[in-house]
Amino acid sequence: MSTTEAPAPPAEPEAEPLDIRKAPTRKRLVPYWLLLPGILWLLVFFAAPLVYQASTSIQTGSLEDGFKVTWHFATYLDAIAEYWPQFLRSVLYAGTATALCLLLGYPLAYLIAFKAGRWRNLVMILVIAPFFTSFLIRTLAWKTILADGGPVVGVLNSLHVLDVTSWLGLTEGQRVLATPLAVVCGLTYNFLPFMVLPLYTSLERIDPRLHEAAGDLYARPATTFRRVTFPLSMPGVVAGTLLTFIPAAGDYINAELLGSTDQKMIGNVIQSQFLRVLDYPTAAALSFILMAAILTMVTIYIRKSGTEDLV
Amino acid sequence: MAASDTTATTAGRAPNRGLRWLRRNLITIAGLCTLAYLVLPNLVVMVFSFNKPNGRFNYQWQRFSTDGWTDPCGVADLCGSLGLSLQIAVWATLGATVLGTMIAFALARYRFRARSGVNTLIFLPMAMPEVVMAASLATLFLNMGIAFGFWTILIAHIMFCLSFVVTAVKARVMSMDPRLEQAAQDLYASPAQTFLRVTLPIAAPGIAAGALLSFALSFDDFIITNFNAGSTVTFPMFVWGSAQRGTPVQINVIGTAMFLVAVLCVVVGQLAGKRPKRS
Repeated sequence: MSTTEAPAPPAEPEAEPLDIRKAPTRKRLVPYWLLLPGILWLLVFFAAPLVYQASTSIQTGSLEDGFKVTWHFATYLDAIAEYWPQFLRSVLYAGTATALCLLLGYPLAYLIAFKAGRWRNLVMILVIAPFFTSFLIRTLAWKTILADGGPVVGVLNSLHVLDVTSWLGLTEGQRVLATPLAVVCGLTYNFLPFMVLPLYTSLERIDPRLHEAAGDLYARPATTFRRVTFPLSMPGVVAGTLLTFIPAAGDYINAELLGSTDQKMIGNVIQSQFLRVLDYPTAAALSFILMAAILTMVTIYIRKSGTEDLV
Repeated sequence: MAASDTTATTAGRAPNRGLRWLRRNLITIAGLCTLAYLVLPNLVVMVFSFNKPNGRFNYQWQRFSTDGWTDPCGVADLCGSLGLSLQIAVWATLGATVLGTMIAFALARYRFRARSGVNTLIFLPMAMPEVVMAASLATLFLNMGIAFGFWTILIAHIMFCLSFVVTAVKARVMSMDPRLEQAAQDLYASPAQTFLRVTLPIAAPGIAAGALLSFALSFDDFIITNFNAGSTVTFPMFVWGSAQRGTPVQINVIGTAMFLVAVLCVVVGQLAGKRPKRS
């Protein structure tokens, strides 16, 4: 490619943010005035509560006598010792749901991006349509779908799928409701759009000529997918898995509505400690552990997947 | 898995036509199955809005009836909670959109100290499980002795909607051509005129997207509201409570009505958006 003949493209004026250090004083304050109310809101109602939460987690006392900061770090150890099964379950359920979302969501995102053609808008509306009905109502609908003796359970039974899932410990006997399978199914359903949308966005950006080029170079469709399409969709995969895993790990709605007491996740424990037992230090310690665990996992994940520029 | 375009070689290997067809359309079939999985609960909600349940719970099909549709407010507190949810969603959207748009402009247009700190503060609420934010904000209110109710819910909703508005508006303002504003100034527009006649209309789709998202998030929020509502009942709180007390058909009626109204809005919006492009 010769660079001498082609005239240099006109210099695109960069949307360079104004460097206010060179501006007059009155103008220099503009961004701070713009930021002030919103940032104040976030500092007071988001950041400060986290500090309060931290101090609450090391308090001891009772509702009657009030709580005092006693640097009682043992609350953390007690919380882990007592609730580690729920922590483990949250990670397992959320991880499984995320994997299922990726597995189910990828073909759908691929379909919308490359194959839907003139149906694209309709399929897109159907993907976001579930959002239009309150998610609690939709989660309750799963109680009907998975009901004992309902058509879904009947089919799974006659195909002996439930025997296999029972053996795996996912279901119990001839029912799906109030088992891990129901909770994972609900979590997968609730967060699926959060996987499909970022996947679609990154797939849609791929130049279709890259597929043609791969084909011209004798790549089989499977190879094209493995070497071209999938790597290029990585930003969507990372964003989608984060948007699915983080809320799923803290969720307590699916476990409450579709599970039994044996499927309680860490969100259920935090909710009941805070709103029913009124043991604020334990609830605070648990949510801090959850936050720390998720932030650590997310940081490692982003480093490993090499998409740090994403955030 | 990625049989995007079946070439002659793969087609030749498939033993018969049926299998070949399956191979070629594998992705489409898988995608449509996922779509069915996504849409199925909506259909169930719709169908069961015409049910006449025997007991207190509307989980089993009994017989057809339009009772729910003719008397949508027939259950105590249901329509009151719906009204409250709408009211909170409107105010939260307004608050979050104004505050968020201001932050977005500051971030997109100016370079200043603490920029990365502000970016982190915007990002964190979106990367945190709701239950953590909910519990800590409720701890703050408890410690301050602030009574839970309408105002605490509104404060919480503005807080978590803010980040989404900033993200939506910032993306739009950043992709804006700065020459348009320069042109306006060259044509003797005052800074205020430039902002109102050029900048704001270009940023409008981003602001609208942020506002719509806020409305949807606020209206449908349960976890944060659950911790910060006290005894105030929003619509999601009502549905949650009814899962324990008994689910009236009217919940499905309202769910279905919401769905139809939203689909109608989207379709109308799509048609309206298409028209100017064609001319």
